[in-house]
Amino acid sequence: MLEIKQLSKAYGQTKALTEIDLSVPKGVIFGLLGPNGAGKTTLIRIINQIIEADSGSIHFEGNRLSPAHIGKIGYLPEERGLYKKMKVWDQMLYFARLKGLSDKEAKHRISDWLDKMEMNTWREKKIEDLSKGMAQKVQFISTIIHKPSLLILDEPFSGFDPVNAEIIKNEILELKKNGTTVVLSTHRMESVELLCDQVAMINRSRKILDGSIREVKNSYRPEVFSVTLTNLRQPLPFEWVAEQEDDSYHFSLPLSGKSPNELLGELMQYGQVLKFQEVFPTMEEIFIYQVKSTEQ
Amino acid sequence: MNKIWLVIQREYLARVKKKSFLLATLLTPLIFPAIMGIFVWIAVEEKENQSLRIIEVVDENRQFFLESSDQYAFSFSDKNLEEAKEMVHKGERYGVLYLPDFDLKHPEGIVFYGNENPSMNLTGYLESSLKKKIEDQRLYDSGVDPSILSDIRTNVDIKSITIDERGQEKVTDSTVNYAIGFLAGILIYMFIFIYGNQIMQGVIEEKSSRIIEILVSSLKPFQLMMGKIVGIAGVGLTQLLIWIVLIGTLTSLVTGYLGMQMPQQQAMEMINPDMTQAVPNSEVSEILQVLSGIDFLQIVSSFVFYFLGGYLLYGALFAAIGSAVETPSDAQQFMLPVTVPLIAAYMGLFVFVLQDPNSTTSFWLSIIPLTSPIAMMGRVSYGVPFWELGLSMVLLVLGFLATTWLAGKIYRIGILMHGTKPGYKTLWKWIKTNN
Repeated sequence: MLEIKQLSKAYGQTKALTEIDLSVPKGVIFGLLGPNGAGKTTLIRIINQIIEADSGSIHFEGNRLSPAHIGKIGYLPEERGLYKKMKVWDQMLYFARLKGLSDKEAKHRISDWLDKMEMNTWREKKIEDLSKGMAQKVQFISTIIHKPSLLILDEPFSGFDPVNAEIIKNEILELKKNGTTVVLSTHRMESVELLCDQVAMINRSRKILDGSIREVKNSYRPEVFSVTLTNLRQPLPFEWVAEQEDDSYHFSLPLSGKSPNELLGELMQYGQVLKFQEVFPTMEEIFIYQVKSTEQ
Repeated sequence: MNKIWLVIQREYLARVKKKSFLLATLLTPLIFPAIMGIFVWIAVEEKENQSLRIIEVVDENRQFFLESSDQYAFSFSDKNLEEAKEMVHKGERYGVLYLPDFDLKHPEGIVFYGNENPSMNLTGYLESSLKKKIEDQRLYDSGVDPSILSDIRTNVDIKSITIDERGQEKVTDSTVNYAIGFLAGILIYMFIFIYGNQIMQGVIEEKSSRIIEILVSSLKPFQLMMGKIVGIAGVGLTQLLIWIVLIGTLTSLVTGYLGMQMPQQQAMEMINPDMTQAVPNSEVSEILQVLSGIDFLQIVSSFVFYFLGGYLLYGALFAAIGSAVETPSDAQQFMLPVTVPLIAAYMGLFVFVLQDPNSTTSFWLSIIPLTSPIAMMGRVSYGVPFWELGLSMVLLVLGFLATTWLAGKIYRIGILMHGTKPGYKTLWKWIKTNN
């Protein structure tokens, strides 16, 4: 879907992107992660052809990215807004037409969306008269009204209340089901784990990590197991700091060079094993760990 | 191209549909005459209600009896200067005019005493009446009969006729030319400022409400900028058109009404056209002659050209300023390069162009693109050589291409910049940046 090769961009002396390689397969939700100022927005702006890269290439569906692709990309920037004095209907129509839809087609689709979101009573309202959540919905629909095959969302959930965030999340999942590729840039790691199939992490202009969520988590296993024992036969070693709950004991143990089976065998000598489960890191932990390790 | 058209439509409709547009368009042609009317009315009222100002004249020569007017009365009660000053102090007199004993050839030492600074009107009146009195006296002293004096006072009115390249004669009147140049220049000046500001506000709105990033992911910044400039030009032209129609209708209604007031005269003209010709040089026919001598087609077409050319030239600069800042108040720091040439052109129109349309300064003001839209309109009504008009127009087109190019470079970077306040140095860096 999207093949990015050796992409670099600098603003004067400041490097925003350094030799970035990324591959976004069709039909996935791709998480683009990184702290503020890492270069995410620059990358997204280059994909949207708002700014040009200094070097490197981007291919979209096999062809070199060109203005002809603008109508196939939908973009919801982090910094977004609407014309306050414009009516909902006019606003949506304007954005849809700018993305290349015909007048008739645009009106048809807007009607459908207003029905679907139960927003028909708002169509003649000005944006300034809407609540923030309502305006955000209008904004989201405007972003996808032209049925883009690639949807780029920069912090899509910021500013949404939980109810509306849920609606938008479901819309994103439905778009994915219909074959839309989604690039999701966010700080909110819980939404990454929930939504994304693949992730890439950028820090200080460089890509420091990418792969499917599973691959990433596998490569960041701390090799720690979470254990619950009951019916103790002998006291636990002092260094296994355990939490007691009735006659069950919960604690974490590192493998410390042993195989999981060896560790399990050792545990069985102490009592009955109720739980023996490898601890996977959360994306948030990986994120913080990675950012810290590249900073050093 | 299609996308520019969409932007033009949006910018145009968003403004024209507003109630404030309709209100401003309908009221402005009424407000100006109304303000003028109120001023005239106040002035008349003031004149009527003004108490007569009595001025005590202390004349050591005992020969200047100044004539009183509606506003000023002169009293000659043989007081000395100190007594007269005391009268002013008590409020019995408005002021004292002191005329020392002087030689008629060198009238010096004349003083006006008053509680307040005398108006220009009063000093002017005093000076001119004294001057006349002294001159009359000196003529009389050298043996000229006063009756001859009053007999030889004459009024002169010069009728000017210009001969064009083909040798045809045209009656001209510099007052009419002045009025046309004045009006056209002011209209263009106001149009550039009002609509240039609208461009700037529009750009700032898109930037500060963060719509811009969505827009530029759909079309090129340059398309967006041009669409906005052209769309707002459309608003201005619409407004102008409505004004022309409105004023035209009002004028024809008024003249029609006045025409009905004097049917007899009209009837006479109809019956006997020779009679009107027999009345020589009546003022009305003279004005008609002057008006028929003016090339209105040239004036209107150059007006539209300079109107648009000037707007496009400055409009691009206004757009660039808007893109570089976040709030209208921040824009002040960049307004200088725009306001200085505009105000220079405006002042130049009054100080040079309308006074002497063919002077060197007038020539340059009407050739340089930054000032030509306003200055040239001051000259066009007087008649401008074809090559000068052509040169000025070509340079204006080149000028607005240059400012648009420059503005485009600032705009495309400025609109995406948030948080930092750029200076001129930064703008220069943006202009030099290539992609």
